[in-house]
Amino acid sequence: MDLGFIDLSQLAYNPPGRGRLLLIGLLATVQIAIGAYLLGLTIGFLGALGKLYGSRPVKWFLEGYTTIVRAVPELVLILLVFYAGSGLVNEVLRNFGYRPIDINALLAGIVVLGIVMGAYATEVMRGAITAIPKGQLEAARAFGMSGRMTLRRIIAPAMMPLAIPGLSNLWLIVLKDTALLAVIGSIELATRTRQAGATTREYLTFYLAALVLYLLLTLVSMYLIRHVERYFRRGLRGANT
Amino acid sequence: MVWDWLPEYWPRLLEGVWITIQLLVISLAAGTILSIPLGLVQVTGPRFLSWLALGFCTLIRGTPLLIQLWLIYYGLGSLFPGIPGLRESFLWPYLRDAFPYAVFAFTLSVAGYQGEVMRAGFLSVAKGELEAGKAFGMSRWTLLRRIWLPRAFQNVLPTLGNEAILTLKATPLAATITVYDVFGVATIIRQETFRIYEPLLLIAGIYIVITLIITLLYRWIENRVPKPV
Repeated sequence: MDLGFIDLSQLAYNPPGRGRLLLIGLLATVQIAIGAYLLGLTIGFLGALGKLYGSRPVKWFLEGYTTIVRAVPELVLILLVFYAGSGLVNEVLRNFGYRPIDINALLAGIVVLGIVMGAYATEVMRGAITAIPKGQLEAARAFGMSGRMTLRRIIAPAMMPLAIPGLSNLWLIVLKDTALLAVIGSIELATRTRQAGATTREYLTFYLAALVLYLLLTLVSMYLIRHVERYFRRGLRGANT
Repeated sequence: MVWDWLPEYWPRLLEGVWITIQLLVISLAAGTILSIPLGLVQVTGPRFLSWLALGFCTLIRGTPLLIQLWLIYYGLGSLFPGIPGLRESFLWPYLRDAFPYAVFAFTLSVAGYQGEVMRAGFLSVAKGELEAGKAFGMSRWTLLRRIWLPRAFQNVLPTLGNEAILTLKATPLAATITVYDVFGVATIIRQETFRIYEPLLLIAGIYIVITLIITLLYRWIENRVPKPV
């Protein structure tokens, strides 16, 4: 079918259509986003604890990490982390007498975006932990809970409803930031779209298709987020409004 | 670290900074102007326009700016040569240049994100103030100009500073469509000198400095505007 500017036959699932390639890219986008998000959450949780309860050098390091990452464009960070990371890995391999390897695109994307997201997650979680009423922590101590148990039973569950809006926002951001990986050449949707557009010169068709796919990802995410939020806010007053 | 390339490329880097700032300021200004009606119709209606505005904001906020930028530059840009007469018109030199496409894409992006902010801003103005304006016999236009809009801006001012920084951090995307902003210049330096890290570290520093200037600028503006009560 030809709609003038847009050639839908290009999007057919089977070759010569490139629909399959785009869907594979979409899958990689979701995988990278989930991986980077989980890595970011882990860094964020540890980072928040380090910022609040860590020793002074730890605090300084984390302060520098979050400040720099949040002030420098993601694109610059992605290039820096990617080159520094892959250079470091190959340096280590060479020192141990192995040949340098090609870095796995999926893993590289996850690590690079995860480190960027970690800085934002650190700030979100730090804010959420500080917002826990002091009385709850004092009550935990009064019951004789150890630090670790307080963390597991009080801090982690009590901060979640406060952190959820910031963290769901972060998910929507990481989903879109995966597209930046096209600059270092990856396997996700934006890279696939650019390749398809460049080979067929049907730019409008492919970029519109990608736009629709990303929008669907966002809309589905927003739908799921609403349910997750309701689950985590179940203990709060006025949660059902 | 090797920095001997710096004197040679310094003038071009400054040109790049200037392009970055132009891109930032023009798209922030134009985007802010567009964001006012986008926010307003979502609060006042008519329903058809409010749906349209909501759809636009969702589309802009729900898709990567990089894809929007490529769609506009490569996608729309590929249509123009087919339009008869356009090649001979005065518009053609602009349509061949990448910068206007970048400005267009960033303006839409700012409008989409800020439209959402302005919607919240308009909603946050107390009803009593608008009623008071109406009681004084203000027309709808006067009411908007004298009370609703300034009060809405006052309430969202801290958010606008953040939006400006987020937009600055998005500007390097323009380099992917051959705009030679500071990031684009750094890419050239990397290709010509084979230094991987130094140019990136340098422009990271430049972006931090610009971020700092924006922060101070907005703090200055915020201090001059009376705090919302």
